[in-house]
Amino acid sequence: TVMAAPMTNDQSWFYALALGVSFLKCLLINAYHSTDFEVHRNWLALTHSLPVSQWYYEATSEWTLDYPPLFAWFEYGLSHIACFFDKEMLVVPNLNYASPATVLFQRLSVIVADVVFFYAVKECCKCLREDKGKDLLGKPSFILTVLLLWNFGLLIVDHIHFQYNGFLFGVLLLSIARHCQNRHFEGAFLFSVLLNLKHIYLYIAPAYGIYLLRCFCFTQSNADGSLQWRSFSVVRLVILGTIVLSTFAVSFGPFIALGQLPQVLSRLFPFKRGLCHAYWAPNIWALYNIADKAFSILARGFLRCLVICALGSFMFGWHVHEKAIMMAILPLSLLAVDSRKDAGIFLMLSVTSHYSLFPLLFTTQELPIKIFLMLLFTIFSLASLKTLFRKGGALLNPLEVTYLLGLIPLELICEFVYPLTVWQKTFPFLPLMLTSVYCALGVTYAFIRLYISLLTCSDTTKKTKMQ
Amino acid sequence: MENWSLFSLCVLLGLTSRWAVSFHSYSGAGKPPMFGDYEAQRHWQEVTYNLPVHEWYFNTTNNDLNYWGLDYPPLTAYHSLVCAYVAKLLNPEWVELHASRGYESHSHKLFMRATVLFTDILIYIPAVLLYCFYFCDGSSKQKVATALCILLYPGLILIDYGHFQYNSVSLGLALWGILGLGLGWDLFGSLAFTLALNYKQMELYHSLPFFCYLLGKCIKQGLIGRGFFQLAKISLTVLVTFALCWMPFLSDPKQPLQVLHRLFPFGRGLFEDKVANTWCSLNVLIKIKTLLSRETQLFLSFALTLLFILPSSLKLLSKPNLWQFKLALVNSSLAFFLFSFQVHEKSILLAAFMLPLLVKDGLLLPYVVTSLAFLFLSLYLLSALERSTEEELRLGLYRKLTRHWLPKLNLSRIIKWKFWFSLVAMAALSFTSVWLEPPAKFPDLFPVLVSILSFLHFLGFIIYFNLVQLMEPQRKKSQKKTN
Repeated sequence: TVMAAPMTNDQSWFYALALGVSFLKCLLINAYHSTDFEVHRNWLALTHSLPVSQWYYEATSEWTLDYPPLFAWFEYGLSHIACFFDKEMLVVPNLNYASPATVLFQRLSVIVADVVFFYAVKECCKCLREDKGKDLLGKPSFILTVLLLWNFGLLIVDHIHFQYNGFLFGVLLLSIARHCQNRHFEGAFLFSVLLNLKHIYLYIAPAYGIYLLRCFCFTQSNADGSLQWRSFSVVRLVILGTIVLSTFAVSFGPFIALGQLPQVLSRLFPFKRGLCHAYWAPNIWALYNIADKAFSILARGFLRCLVICALGSFMFGWHVHEKAIMMAILPLSLLAVDSRKDAGIFLMLSVTSHYSLFPLLFTTQELPIKIFLMLLFTIFSLASLKTLFRKGGALLNPLEVTYLLGLIPLELICEFVYPLTVWQKTFPFLPLMLTSVYCALGVTYAFIRLYISLLTCSDTTKKTKMQ
Repeated sequence: MENWSLFSLCVLLGLTSRWAVSFHSYSGAGKPPMFGDYEAQRHWQEVTYNLPVHEWYFNTTNNDLNYWGLDYPPLTAYHSLVCAYVAKLLNPEWVELHASRGYESHSHKLFMRATVLFTDILIYIPAVLLYCFYFCDGSSKQKVATALCILLYPGLILIDYGHFQYNSVSLGLALWGILGLGLGWDLFGSLAFTLALNYKQMELYHSLPFFCYLLGKCIKQGLIGRGFFQLAKISLTVLVTFALCWMPFLSDPKQPLQVLHRLFPFGRGLFEDKVANTWCSLNVLIKIKTLLSRETQLFLSFALTLLFILPSSLKLLSKPNLWQFKLALVNSSLAFFLFSFQVHEKSILLAAFMLPLLVKDGLLLPYVVTSLAFLFLSLYLLSALERSTEEELRLGLYRKLTRHWLPKLNLSRIIKWKFWFSLVAMAALSFTSVWLEPPAKFPDLFPVLVSILSFLHFLGFIIYFNLVQLMEPQRKKSQKKTN
């Protein structure tokens, strides 16, 4: 033939996808950014200009440091590169400083930090079952790569709104991948590091704790999946504990030495006691239900459990940001390319929650971008998952399809029709409320289905690589 | 994955890149008193909305032709009128006569960018999709890959959504014309191309191939009989289209003359700014702009243009099929670009070459990103470098020529090396243009170097494509296709 077939190299498609999405991210450098941009600029400034003892006390700007110490060290490292772009951004009193060089540097730092995410996705792909002989577009690893690398939520939250979620989720996915590859010590280490980068991941810490306890510290299980108490390995428990504790020690150590631990904790958890209970409640609830099943969950349940923890906290936690839904969607992508039912739940959850992120980008200029990217991701996930699971009927039942299609008139009303009506002045928050309520239905539905699938999954008969 | 989903993903990627580029600056942003092409388009909306038709192309108290006077054919003017009506609905200040000069605001920019996107979606993108679907070889995945590469072509994106113009309309209409001819719908094709011509006179670059192809086809069908009727129908279509477009200007003989005078400003000289064509490059060595008189320059450019398009056109006339047609389009436009009078850099729409223009517009970042992306995509998806056996590159003729002197040459490898060398040279020039200061004696050094480098490439291309069209036999695959 005259034209050689494209994408014949084994792994080159991965780099093509990674490079392609990076190009797209570069084009979005000049897009709208939220106050989170100033938050991170402020942290660059204060970690660079002030001594460590001042980091958690500094309050010139309203955006005080409220991430754990490892993230502060990360910003400190970045600030040394920032010097070469624009020294003025590192001056603490320069509030809301956003010169072109500053914008370029900060955006590039997010884009470059995403390399961690790329690596993690590559590792996750290794954990998948692969059917040989499938064409590229139908391969689970290809689909998963696109679902993760080109994830709509990450693109608009990280590269428009401005945050470092890609980098953080990279650490999370890498930790999951390590567990999948039976490198449990590394997985535990990575998760501890993650907790010290952003404490929101405490939501899913119980899932980790239970899993490691059950599947790692008990080295063997009985044929029916229940515990073999005698196989408990104290050595493993001790090593795990050491890893976790030493990570925390390195991270919080300097601040404990300075006697600043209460101050740091107050910055990280700015809640009254009452809220703290609400914060933790769903996790205890999830814990109880899992304990109820007498520890007979295998690794597939681990991911499922993780997703449910994240989703539960999203649904019942206090002052939860809509961005926290990403914590449920990304691990769910891993499940979606492996099983039909999970693919259906994934489609429901991802489309709904991605739509719920729309209010984050409220500027007219970004409107076409969010619609195009949303359509891009939705069409891809629908078409590719449908092709992957083409045997066995439709992925979504008619009710679900109707619900998802209902998002289109919802968007038209909220974004186009409503602003032109008289009620825009008197009830300006009505569209937001409509969006939240409508999406809450979808998210709750997905949560219930996931929960049911966890309680009824009979994984002992399934042979998967995710042991 | 199904075809429709793959194609929609392509379109969405193309649309996203376009809109993302539109976030950046436009030509003449914040630069009074003249600003740039963006202000020109806004001004045309103002003029067409507020003034009667017979004043559009004339210098009156209300219409100062020195401030971005209309210099495109009537269809552009009608398009501006339609946009002006929308603008008036949204914010009348945007098209206030005189008062809106130099108007710049965020919402206005959004509006203008939206008009470009709208016409792009309406005209250009469907044409590209249909072209790839019907006229590309290979599996459906190959077609999608080609569509993606075409849609992500940086030149068009950067000029239309960065600098600010409406090239997608004229190019889209021309592409519809090509589609029409390819599907055998000659009348539709002629109609579309005539509309393209009436949108931007730059489409004259493509007119000769259209003419020769259709004429050749009619001759083949026999000038006595079917061919003659076909010719008559085509001519009638073209004439009626022209008449309809120019109708408001036909009442008074002065009108069309003035319009033509605006469209073809021979008074402006052989070239302006730095263009990668022969005259500008030659000017570096011999100052032809000042040495020769205006008439001699006109004659020279006419003669050379004719010289370069004649072989290709005659070949097409004798063998009117699609393959020849496409090659003739390339050759004709290259010839016009290289040799005709008053050529603008945008006439070539080629990324590497527009660097100085884009840097001036503050579009460096999108230029780098889109060029790299396009390059990577073409290499990866279309396996550009893998198809490099001598036969596929049609180097047969070169082989014959060089066999006498340099028998040991491996031509395909040379081409590959030359490709990488060109890339490196372009990258280096881009880098130096942006980061280094030119020496005081030659302040225009870098734009001139860019022009000359590009010119040499174009010269090479026009020779290569002419040779291919004139000498090589048709590809076996196309022989299966009917006209």
